[in-house]
Amino acid sequence: MANFQSKQLQKDGSSAQARRPRRTGEPWVWLCSAGLAVGVAMTLGFLGLIAVKGSERFWPREIELIDYSENGEGRQVAGIIVGESANEAQVFRGNKDLEGDAFLFLKKDSIRERTTPAEFFLAERLEWGNAIGVPVAVVQAGGLRMEAGAAGFNERLEATIKETGARRAAIEEIEKARIGRVNRAMEKVRIDQRAGRLDAASAASRQAVLQSDYDGLAAEARGLRQQQLEAKFIYRSVQGREQEQPVSNFVHISYPNQMGVFAKTGEMFRRIWSFVSEDPREANTEGGIFPAIFGTVLMTLVMSLMVTPFGVVAAIYLREYARQGWMVRFVRIAVNNLAGVPSIVFGVFGLAFFVYFVGARIDLWFFHDQLPTPTYGTGGIFWASLTLALLTLPVVIVATEEALAAVPRGVREAALACGASKWQMIQRVVLPASVPGILTGVILAMARGAGEVAPLMLVGVVKLAPTLAVDSIAPFIHPERKFMHLGFHIYDLGFQSPDSEAARPMVFATTLLLIVLVIAMNLTAILVRNRIRKRLTTNAF
Amino acid sequence: MIAESQTAGEIGGVRTDFIRLEGFSFFYGASQAIFDLSMAIPDRQVTALIGPSGCGKSTLLRNMNRMNDLIDGVRHEGDIFIDGVSLYDPRVEVISLRKRVGMVFQKYNPFAKSIYENVVFSLRVAGRNKKQQLDEVVEESLRSAALWEEVKDRLHESAFGLSGGQQQRLCIARAIANRPQILLMDEPCAALDPLATLKIEELIRELRDQFTIVIVTHNMEQAARCSDRTAFMYLGRVIEYGRTEEIFNNPREAQTEAYISGRLT
Repeated sequence: MANFQSKQLQKDGSSAQARRPRRTGEPWVWLCSAGLAVGVAMTLGFLGLIAVKGSERFWPREIELIDYSENGEGRQVAGIIVGESANEAQVFRGNKDLEGDAFLFLKKDSIRERTTPAEFFLAERLEWGNAIGVPVAVVQAGGLRMEAGAAGFNERLEATIKETGARRAAIEEIEKARIGRVNRAMEKVRIDQRAGRLDAASAASRQAVLQSDYDGLAAEARGLRQQQLEAKFIYRSVQGREQEQPVSNFVHISYPNQMGVFAKTGEMFRRIWSFVSEDPREANTEGGIFPAIFGTVLMTLVMSLMVTPFGVVAAIYLREYARQGWMVRFVRIAVNNLAGVPSIVFGVFGLAFFVYFVGARIDLWFFHDQLPTPTYGTGGIFWASLTLALLTLPVVIVATEEALAAVPRGVREAALACGASKWQMIQRVVLPASVPGILTGVILAMARGAGEVAPLMLVGVVKLAPTLAVDSIAPFIHPERKFMHLGFHIYDLGFQSPDSEAARPMVFATTLLLIVLVIAMNLTAILVRNRIRKRLTTNAF
Repeated sequence: MIAESQTAGEIGGVRTDFIRLEGFSFFYGASQAIFDLSMAIPDRQVTALIGPSGCGKSTLLRNMNRMNDLIDGVRHEGDIFIDGVSLYDPRVEVISLRKRVGMVFQKYNPFAKSIYENVVFSLRVAGRNKKQQLDEVVEESLRSAALWEEVKDRLHESAFGLSGGQQQRLCIARAIANRPQILLMDEPCAALDPLATLKIEELIRELRDQFTIVIVTHNMEQAARCSDRTAFMYLGRVIEYGRTEEIFNNPREAQTEAYISGRLT
C-alpha cells in the first residue's frame, strides 16, 4: 500500500521530487511500516512460543529406552526426552518414589542406543508424579492375580482404576460434603451457645448427636479408604525392580509407544479435558486447573458488572451535566492519571479499604457471632472484583466519554425538539447510540482486569482454594470466599513450586489457557458489540 | 421596524399574528445576531425566511422553539409570542413549548431506532405508550409525510435503511407526530437531491392546511414555489416582508431586488 502510494506520487510529481525521497516522505513510510512489522512479528512470536510450549504438555510423546554409559559402566533409563541442547539431553524418567528426581541429564556422547519398546507405560498417579515402567500384573481385592500379557489384562486394569476412581469420588463426597455439613452444624451450635441462644445442656446434647453422625461418616470413609488399598498394580521399573502399588493411586495409564496418530490425538484431547476440568494435585504441579479458570472468569464477570454502571454514570455526569470548567478538567486529568497508577497500589487500597474497613464493619454488624473468625474482613473474590473494578474504572470512563461525545449534535437537538427533557434525550437517544463505544471500554477493562495478578495477592487470591465461590451449599453464592486465579497460578507454579522442572510444562499450559480465556471473553464481548452496532446501523450507506 | 402593517386581527379567517415578534434582539455573547425585529407570522400558512448566509434567519427560527437556549452565553431582548403567550414567560415550560413547536433540521437526523420508534418518539417521551394509539399516530404521521406507502412493510427496521429523502420525510413525520401547532424547517432540503427536494416541497404545500410552517431556505425558487409569505433578512434585520408573489415580482427595497436577482450574496 505504502509502496503503491509512493510510486503514484513519483509518477505524478516532478522528476526532481522523485529524486528527493526525503520530500515525498518515503523513508518515513518505510520506517513506519518496519516498526509495524517488528511489532507484529513480536506479537506473533510471543503467541507462537506460548502455543508451542503450552501444547507440549498435552501431546503424548514416545518413551525411549536409552542405553548410556556412566563412568565406563553401562546403564539404562526409560523416559521421555523433554529437552535437548548441543551436548546434553534432559530425560523425564518419572518414578520419583524410586529415583528421587524425575529428571535426568545425559551427556549426548554417553548415549549408546535409543529404542522405543512397545510395552512401556506412562501412568498418571495421585502421588509421586508419573510412573514409567512395564506392567507385570494386577491383583484384585480377593487376591485374584492376572499377569500382564494375558488376554483382557488392559481391560481389567482399566476397570479396576475406574472402580477405585468411583470410590475416591465417594470418599470425597463423604469427607467434603457430608462431613462438611456436620462440621458446619457443630460450628453453628458453638456459635449459638456462645451468643446465648442455646443453653449449655441442649448444646451438649446436640453436639453429641452431631458427633455420632460425624463418627459414623468418618468410619464409613475409613472403610472405603481401606478398600482402596486392596487392589494392587504390579509393574517393573527399568532397573528391573518390581513395584507393588494400590491401583487407587493410579489415575490413568497409557502406552504412548503403541499409539498411532489418531490414538495420540485422542489422548491429547483427554489430557486437555482433564487439564481444564480437574482439580489440581500435588502442589498444583499435576492435575487440572479448573478452580483457577472458574475463579478468573467469575472475578472478571463480577468486575465488569461492577465497573460498567459506575463508569457509565460517572462519564455521563462529566460529559453531559457538569459545567466544563477547571474543576471538570481537573477531574478528567485525575481520572486519566488513575489509569497509570501501578496496580499493586490498588491492591493495597483494596486491602485497607474494602477488607480492613468495609469488611470488618460488615463482620461487626452482620457476622458478629463468628468473630474473631473473619467472614468479610479478609480477602475474598468480591473484594478482589471490587478492587479490579476500581482499577479499570478510568478505562470505562474515558471510553464512555468518547462515545457520548461522538453522538452528533443534530440527533441531540432532534430529541430535544421532540419535547424530550435532557435526561430523556440522554437515556433514549444518546446512551443507546453510545452502547458500542461503552462496550469497547468494557472489553478493554476486562482484558486488563483478567490479567492482573499483583493486587489480587493482597485481596483474596490463594494457591489452593478448597471450595468454589458458587456451589450447592446455601446460600449458593459465597462472595466472601478466597479463590484461585490463572495469573496467580502461573506465578505460583513458576516460582513457588517445590519441583520447578516438573512444573514448567504446567506454567506454559496455564499461560496458554489464560491467553485463550482472555481472548474468548473479549471475542464474546466483541461479538455482542458488533451485533448491537449492526442493529443500530443496518443498511447504512 | 415593522415590516408588515397588518400585525393583528384576521384576514379571510386566518389569524395573522399567530407568531408575533416584538422588538426582538438576540446576542451570542458580545456579537448581536438579530436587531430589534418585529414581525407577525400568520396561522396555517407557509412563511419563508430568505437571505444570505449569516443574516440571522436560522437564529431566528431556532429561537421560536428556544433551541438556542442550549448555547452558552446567549441572551435576548424583546419578546416572541405564540398564540398570544410569551415564549419567555416563566410559566412556560420549554419542554411543553417544544411539544407545540416541531422542528425539522437541515441534515436529516433520525435516531438509531426503528422507523416506528422514530415516529412515536415524541409520544413516548410524553409518556404515551398505548400501542393502539401509537399505531394510529404512526400511520397518520407517515401518511401526512407521504412516506407510508414506501415504509409500511418495514416499520420495525432501522431508519438508517432509508434513502436521504425518505429519512428527511421520516424526520418530518416525527416532528408532526405529536400534532404541534407550528412546524419549523431549517433548510430541510439542503442535503437532498433535486428529486427528493421536489417531494419535500410538495409535502410542505400539503401540510400548510394543518400547521403554521416557518421555513428557512437558501433556495429562492423553493421559497417562491412553496411559501405564502416571504421575509428577506439581511445582517440581522428584516428588510422586506410580504406576500411571496410581491416579494419576488415586485420588491420594494433595492436590497431585496439585488438579492433575488443574485447580485447580493
